[in-house]
Amino acid sequence: MEFAELIKTPRVDGVVLHRPFLPTVEGTLCLTGHHLILSSRQDNTEELWLLHSNIDAIEKRFVGSLGSIVVKCKDLWIIKLDIPGMDECLNIASSIEALSTLDSVSLMYPFFYRPMFEVIEDGWNTFRPEDAFKDLESMTDEWRLSEVNKDFNTCPSYPPLLAVPKDIDDDTLRKVATFRHGGRFPVLSYYHQKNGMVMMRAGQPLTGTNGRRCKEDEKLINATLRAGKRGYIIDTRTINIAQQAKAKGGGFESEANYPQWRRIHKAVERSNVLQESLIKLVEACNDQSHSMDRWLSKLEASNWQTHVKEILTTACLAAQCIDREGASVLVHGTEGTDSTLQVTSLAQIILDPASRTIRGFQNLVEREWLQAGHPFQVRCAQSAYSSNKARQEAPVFLLFLDCVWQILRQFPCSFEFNESFLVLLFEHAYASQFGTFLGNCAADRVKLGLPDKTVSLWSWVNRQQELERLTNPLYEANSLVIWPSVAPQSLLLWEGVFLRWNRSSKCLDEAYKEMVHIIEYNKELQNKVNSLRRQLAQLETEDPLLQSP
Amino acid sequence: MEHIRLPKVEQVKLLDRVSPRKSRVGTLYLTATHTIFVESEDGQRDETWVLHSLVSSLEKSSSSSSSSSGVSLMIHCKNFQLLQFVIPEEQDCQDILLSLQRLSQPESYEELYCFAYKPNVAEEERQREWDFIDLTSEYKRMGVPNSHWKLSQANQDYKVSDTYPSEVFVPESATLPVIVGSSKFRAEDDFPPCATTTEETTQPCVAVVSLCPASALGAWRMSRFERNRQQSAGKGYENEDNYSNIKFQFLGIENIHVMRNSQQKMLEVCELRSPSMSDFLERLENSSWLKHIKAVLDAALFVAKAVSEEGVSVLVHCSDGWDRTSQVCSVASLLLEPHYRTLRGFMVLIEKDWISFGHKFSHRCNHLDGDPKEVSPIVDQFLECVWQVTEQFPCAFEFNERFLITVHHHIYSCQFGNFIGNNQKEREQLEIQKRTHSLWTYLWSNRADFINPLYRSNHSQTQGVLQPSTAPYCFKFWKGLYNRFERGVHPRQSVEDCLRTIREETEQLEEQLASHKQKISKLEEQKWTVSMNIFDKSPTAWIFSPT
Repeated sequence: MEFAELIKTPRVDGVVLHRPFLPTVEGTLCLTGHHLILSSRQDNTEELWLLHSNIDAIEKRFVGSLGSIVVKCKDLWIIKLDIPGMDECLNIASSIEALSTLDSVSLMYPFFYRPMFEVIEDGWNTFRPEDAFKDLESMTDEWRLSEVNKDFNTCPSYPPLLAVPKDIDDDTLRKVATFRHGGRFPVLSYYHQKNGMVMMRAGQPLTGTNGRRCKEDEKLINATLRAGKRGYIIDTRTINIAQQAKAKGGGFESEANYPQWRRIHKAVERSNVLQESLIKLVEACNDQSHSMDRWLSKLEASNWQTHVKEILTTACLAAQCIDREGASVLVHGTEGTDSTLQVTSLAQIILDPASRTIRGFQNLVEREWLQAGHPFQVRCAQSAYSSNKARQEAPVFLLFLDCVWQILRQFPCSFEFNESFLVLLFEHAYASQFGTFLGNCAADRVKLGLPDKTVSLWSWVNRQQELERLTNPLYEANSLVIWPSVAPQSLLLWEGVFLRWNRSSKCLDEAYKEMVHIIEYNKELQNKVNSLRRQLAQLETEDPLLQSP
Repeated sequence: MEHIRLPKVEQVKLLDRVSPRKSRVGTLYLTATHTIFVESEDGQRDETWVLHSLVSSLEKSSSSSSSSSGVSLMIHCKNFQLLQFVIPEEQDCQDILLSLQRLSQPESYEELYCFAYKPNVAEEERQREWDFIDLTSEYKRMGVPNSHWKLSQANQDYKVSDTYPSEVFVPESATLPVIVGSSKFRAEDDFPPCATTTEETTQPCVAVVSLCPASALGAWRMSRFERNRQQSAGKGYENEDNYSNIKFQFLGIENIHVMRNSQQKMLEVCELRSPSMSDFLERLENSSWLKHIKAVLDAALFVAKAVSEEGVSVLVHCSDGWDRTSQVCSVASLLLEPHYRTLRGFMVLIEKDWISFGHKFSHRCNHLDGDPKEVSPIVDQFLECVWQVTEQFPCAFEFNERFLITVHHHIYSCQFGNFIGNNQKEREQLEIQKRTHSLWTYLWSNRADFINPLYRSNHSQTQGVLQPSTAPYCFKFWKGLYNRFERGVHPRQSVEDCLRTIREETEQLEEQLASHKQKISKLEEQKWTVSMNIFDKSPTAWIFSPT
């Protein structure tokens, strides 16, 4: 298919662009295969380049012969284009609609994007499982790297290399895979160096209504327990939902078959409910009514903050079991690709100082989300404005980022990165020139040839000028476990995402700059004082004549 | 002392509301001024002091948890501290309760803590404390008296208005009979004085802002109702026919009773034990607290815009003139005038719009055992409005959140004389300035704790008029004040404290830099003379000269 077929009117003059908090711009609108471009054709004015894949929904309005298109983006931005001429407007609208909903992944922009920067470090090779395993090996010899999934046959949503208990062979793993949802047998998620406890994740056990049992599964997870010690299984579903899952062939670990494990059920919501919640929250934020009652009741009704609280509470529980109780933990929900990953990755933010660095956080996203098979492609296909009925869309990753932001707010000096990094990841998960978030799992990425055909987001991020923008100037490495508060008073609405286009952030940005300035001035003075001190010492020593009198 | 039925109880448990396992056992003491709990754990001698004047209510109930026997005594404080003791013997608990009830509700001003509070300060110095904030110089700063506003002697000896200060500024053209007439016409004899002036006060147009609840839309219909209702009580608002050149605006801020109930409901939200998110948001909404805060800020913003953008003078009034009027005028002044956003300027603002213009602190804050219907968190709302604005303009204020919380604390603590009584006349009768200490010097001498590190007097945010957004989502729940004592809900690391440390370090570095520079130039000078001397004697010494 040629993009040209979809573009009926490639160019319209005299288009007026309206954006929040910025002056309107009049210029020429151009449509290309991947971008909507508006240029005022004057020097020193910025051009608008909007990725079609970032467009979530459009609305057409007509007043006489003047048409307007309201473009609603996946990053929640809303702009309006006034287009002279009814036909032009209709054509542009239908082209945008077609181009923003392309079905074929291989037509996506990352396959056409050529970097305008020098790739110093190829992000596709930055976080390899082999390297992660080397780190693990330096701490413990109880785990091995299995290639059982090298052809993606054992578990289609897992990566080719997986860390499993040393004494469990590949045959056992294959058997366990048949007992777990989607073949997702228990694998290592995190090793807590402080006490040697581990966190594992998996899909739900397929016990069904007649209580099917799998000795190999029991053997696998028991292999991670110390003699005489009990472990915890954290099921992210309520007991009722877990019970109901039995009817569909799923289920949970019974006490009888897993006597060494204590099972705890939590209530982390999943896909459709979360998508609903996002839509309601964004709708509440865009409400123009100015009524406090209406705002608070809509905020409450969206349940977004409730989800944040539940996810964080569950992550705290997992971290507590590991760090405070000194027990190993297995986390799963149904598929093990959504709420499970929220919990395991947040628990690491709490427990592991390394995951709070810029590189460590990239590593975490790579391991616990991308490699772990969170289906980004389907989850992020639509955002809050789309009127299409949600199929598998859900803001699971956005909720994770929101939770990280909450912890960052509570421990503003313990993260090497700032809020901008989290916002950046949100944007790129939904629409990007980079291939990192394309596909649903490692197998997809191999099939699509992403490492060869696209640029990795990490290649772009890990450059000096980007890192500078994303670094938290207050960061001081903190080797401690950081326990966030989950009290409702402590959890705030993430303004940087949800109110980003509704209120001017000018004063807050200025405050951030002021903070950076204070810190940089301090460093500058330190350097000056140090160099003067050296100069002084030199002056005092080098001149024997001065010392003698 | 005669009110203390029981000075000491042992084996008292102080419950930790968040994690009951952390509860502490110790001894409870009652003194003339404080309740003191001393932990009796080995090695630990943690003490908790609660001023009697900060106690707002007491609740006795048989202990809810069956494991610990005893009677529970809950102390709610005006600074939102909540303490729950478990006292082993019912009779002891009853005695403590009765003692505290009496001690926390003094019957006369003479019993208040400020008259007993005697820090180690020389009398001369104490006297000087009261000169720290001087309103005459403040009016001078504002540029009054001038050709339009003059100092009126009308209220000398409080003949016209009990609740106004003896010196007020009124328009030049107003003669004494007009002021007296005006005050007769207004409820409680408040005549309209000058709260803040800008260059535009010369304009003939005046906007009258009524803060009574009557929506701006359909103002007439609503206001007729309001007028009929209020005229039957002898109150009303300016008849538009009699005031030419005047625009009327009605901004609905609720009365003191609504505000009192609203805060009560909001505090119940804060006291919930591990509430769910929905519980919290729903009850917060039902309390209407943030709605009221928004109404005050909306009104203040309206006034500030009228003055700064339309260049009109504004007459603000409500029914009595010392509650909503004080709130709105003072917040509007703060938005208009950068000086009031400084540490000292904020003290002046409170002194001018609240203390001198007769906000009834002792009634509203329940300093004495009085009419509970007179109690209302009007000044809390003012402080909260300021905090909400500081959240939107982090660089615009010289003071920080801690400053606002400390001011709040001492409005209720009765430790300083500033807020005692209901107007200036009462304070003069009580000889406050002769017998008590002033909060302002205390705050000033501890100002290092109260400075906002992001404030810079030449920053763009500190200049000009602030126009905060009053969209509902811009209002946050002020956990810093209402959950002040719940350590667990606050951020574990403070950006502000970090920046404060860095700035202190920077100051030291600046000093070091200066001293190093001085030393170096001295050394180089010496060396130069030395090398010159050597050069005189030995031509080979040139290598020692500075490069």
